[in-house]
Amino acid sequence: MDTTAPGTAHGHELAHGHDHAHEELGFWRKYVFSVDHKVIGIQYAITGLLFLLFGFTLMMVMRFQLAYPGHPIPFIGSWFGPANAPGGVLLPEFYNQLGAMHGTIMVFLGVVPLAVGGFGNFVMPLQIGAPDMAFPKLNMMSYWVYFLGGVTMLASFFQTGGAAQSGWTSYPPLADIAPGQTMWLIGMVFLITSSLLGSVNFITTIVQLRAKGLSYMRLPFFVWAQFVTSFLLLLAFPPLEAAGVLQLMDRVAGTSFFLPSGLVISGKPLTVAGGGNPLLWQHLFWFLAHPEVYVLILPAMGIVAEIIANNTRKPLWGYKALVYAAVFLGFMSFIVWAHHMFMTGMGTTISAFFQTTTMIISIPSVIILTAMLLSLWGASIRFTTPMLFALAFLPMFGIGGLTGLPLGLAPSDIHLHDTYYVIGHFHYVVAPGTIFALFAGVYYWFPKATGRMMNETLGKIHFWGSFIAINFVFMPMFIQGLGGMNRRMYDGGMQYAHNAGLLKWNVVIGIAAWVLGLAQLPFIVNFFGSIKWGALADKNPWDATTLEWSAPSPPGHGNFLTEPVVYRGPYEYSVPGAATDFTPQFEPERA
Amino acid sequence: MHSDPAEIKKSIRTYGIVGGLLLVFTAITVAVNQVHLAVPLAITVALVIATMKGSMVAAIFMHLNHEKKWIYGALILTVVFFAVLMLLPGLTVADGIGRSTQKAAPAEHAAGH
Amino acid sequence: MEIPYIVEPRPDSGLANGKLGIWLFLASEVMLFGALFSTYILLRVGALEWPHGELNVWLGAINTVILICSSVTMVVAWAQLKMNKFAKGRLYLIVTAVLAIVFLVNKYFEYAAHFSRGEGPWHSTFLAIYFTLTGLHGLHIIGGIVVMAYLAGPGAKLWRRNPDQYANRVEYTGLYWHFVDLVWIFLFPVLYLL
Repeated sequence: MDTTAPGTAHGHELAHGHDHAHEELGFWRKYVFSVDHKVIGIQYAITGLLFLLFGFTLMMVMRFQLAYPGHPIPFIGSWFGPANAPGGVLLPEFYNQLGAMHGTIMVFLGVVPLAVGGFGNFVMPLQIGAPDMAFPKLNMMSYWVYFLGGVTMLASFFQTGGAAQSGWTSYPPLADIAPGQTMWLIGMVFLITSSLLGSVNFITTIVQLRAKGLSYMRLPFFVWAQFVTSFLLLLAFPPLEAAGVLQLMDRVAGTSFFLPSGLVISGKPLTVAGGGNPLLWQHLFWFLAHPEVYVLILPAMGIVAEIIANNTRKPLWGYKALVYAAVFLGFMSFIVWAHHMFMTGMGTTISAFFQTTTMIISIPSVIILTAMLLSLWGASIRFTTPMLFALAFLPMFGIGGLTGLPLGLAPSDIHLHDTYYVIGHFHYVVAPGTIFALFAGVYYWFPKATGRMMNETLGKIHFWGSFIAINFVFMPMFIQGLGGMNRRMYDGGMQYAHNAGLLKWNVVIGIAAWVLGLAQLPFIVNFFGSIKWGALADKNPWDATTLEWSAPSPPGHGNFLTEPVVYRGPYEYSVPGAATDFTPQFEPERA
Repeated sequence: MHSDPAEIKKSIRTYGIVGGLLLVFTAITVAVNQVHLAVPLAITVALVIATMKGSMVAAIFMHLNHEKKWIYGALILTVVFFAVLMLLPGLTVADGIGRSTQKAAPAEHAAGH
Repeated sequence: MEIPYIVEPRPDSGLANGKLGIWLFLASEVMLFGALFSTYILLRVGALEWPHGELNVWLGAINTVILICSSVTMVVAWAQLKMNKFAKGRLYLIVTAVLAIVFLVNKYFEYAAHFSRGEGPWHSTFLAIYFTLTGLHGLHIIGGIVVMAYLAGPGAKLWRRNPDQYANRVEYTGLYWHFVDLVWIFLFPVLYLL
């Protein structure tokens, strides 16, 4: 699609290195209730990182209990109170709360807000040469509704009965009657609303506010990834919102959407109308939750692509393949969801359908991974901290993806469903996968956001500590899962004889989790310390080619000093005959 | 986007006519309901009429008949996923697909899934 | 710093930002109500028997007529604004909101009739999905009324500053309103007749 000047009549109104003659905004309007996408992006990022840290600590408590069942949690065991952990030993109900909230917080309050709300908001408008998002006030609202959802989720720990404790998947009938679920549902309604408003904003911004010369096939792959992600959020989240309303009705209005007739609980028949279907929840939940995992991975792929291109000093291999693969992946993600439900008694024909679509969806993932790997061939690799994380993403995502295959095929899934194999699989994709990519993104775009570089030494310690430890956390889970150890057991599987030989891995995992936690300390110190003491960075410290590097570091109100114009594709590195090894998108043709 | 008053007056006439048609179709829907058709036929007739009414609202009131490609694209994508959401969950409980019409023997049925 | 294409459309997409935004939002709403229709299908297919004649068909039909009329007045409101006739446009907007309120009043009578007989959503799967579908739809009607009241009231100041932007906002509200009407066009036969 060709573009023409995005309103050259407005050219004279662009920022000129100082804020305009409109009133200086007060503290609250400038830093708290800002409508500037950069401020909102940073708000999302910091909030997301804090939630990631909180979700991590929930896991640390769980893993201790799994490594040493029946032993009191050291130091902080008494903080949980006798209702949750008498004598510091987690009650099964409390363990379940930690488990359900760990998943919920990591996915909905941590990774997606950081990957989409944080990176998407901050970087995307800069990469397309826009002054801000299409709907800045809506953007601000999206953040605060997310914040409200987060507060609701956290507050749920303090209500009677505790937080949600039926898994992040909230399957009925248990979730219909278990404590804590009502606030979880209300929190989810807030989070889903925030996501929906955000996705409308992202799509409109990418379609409408691209700079002059920035055609779709000249967009950085990061923008394409955010674009597809936004469509996934837009169309897949509403069914979960509906399901949330239905489950709320079951809990609060006495309906039986998910409660079958004749259900007996603790010897007493439920006095409800019945006639409901627990599978209905599973369908509506997974209709979102499968595309949701692509929401988790696509922005990460986008970040890795940018960093690989920049640190190999050559164009990305297969840009068109990457774009078509991402779009195809997004489309396919809507028709694979029942591979999470192979064990629910569906007929073989429809099971075959979902197995087939699941196998097909691995193709675009492989294309994307291969393109990124091939981009390394013949490259002059700069092993900067962002590049280390980006490089590690590749094999980690490879392991995560490959271990998904036996899960996507029903015959093998029968043995692996609901075992630790599944936990190993999805954590590989999200933890050393997505989260590593997000770290890479933080190191990479930190100079643009703050005008300072993060420290390379601390970065490398963070990387190597995390990379080694994280593999010791998740690799043993495959062994446990293949051995038949079930997930979501508060005692680490001790009560089952067949797990006896697998229990030692819980100790390994527990220790590795601690090392992983310690390895994050250099990152936290680096992140906050560099804001004050980092080496000063100019506009383009990485010698990169995309539009965001033409703006000041950090960009002012309106982002660009002159109207951005794009002359070429996004990855023109090492162009033959050029004076430097990078030719930015925004540099005019030399005469 | 038309800003010519004469054209807009014509559009207003069209809106009125379409509104009237919608009311007529509503009356037809209620009238057909009084004739107690077999359930599959009743569903088909009701949905066909509703789809026609919906299409008129979309095309004329929502100006979809002369909208832009991006809108069409987003809507077609939505319709596809909407159809998926309507059909596929039901298919997972319609175990009859692919099975022969003969009743399965008890032993075979137990081993069925 | 101005966000471009708030009023004048971008040449290559042919759209103003708000037009694309509202259609994307409506796409997500299709999926929201779609999930509830999917619920209806799954529950009804799985039910041994499904109630008939529990709802007031005439009240439902009258409400259908009311919403269709309100759709006409809504789009005419926008047409009046495109002809620069602010007073008439505002009037039609208010008429639309009034019709919407009448719809809600009818729904109140319907709901009250059920509740007085102790038949809430807990009573049966049919009533559960009936109350949920019409309840969510009703919330959307309320949302529409709020926006229309804003545009007819405090929001009308925009007409003086930027009449095209104001007309656009009325158009987008109209698109939302027609969608709400569209959902009802399917809700009525599915719940009341089939």
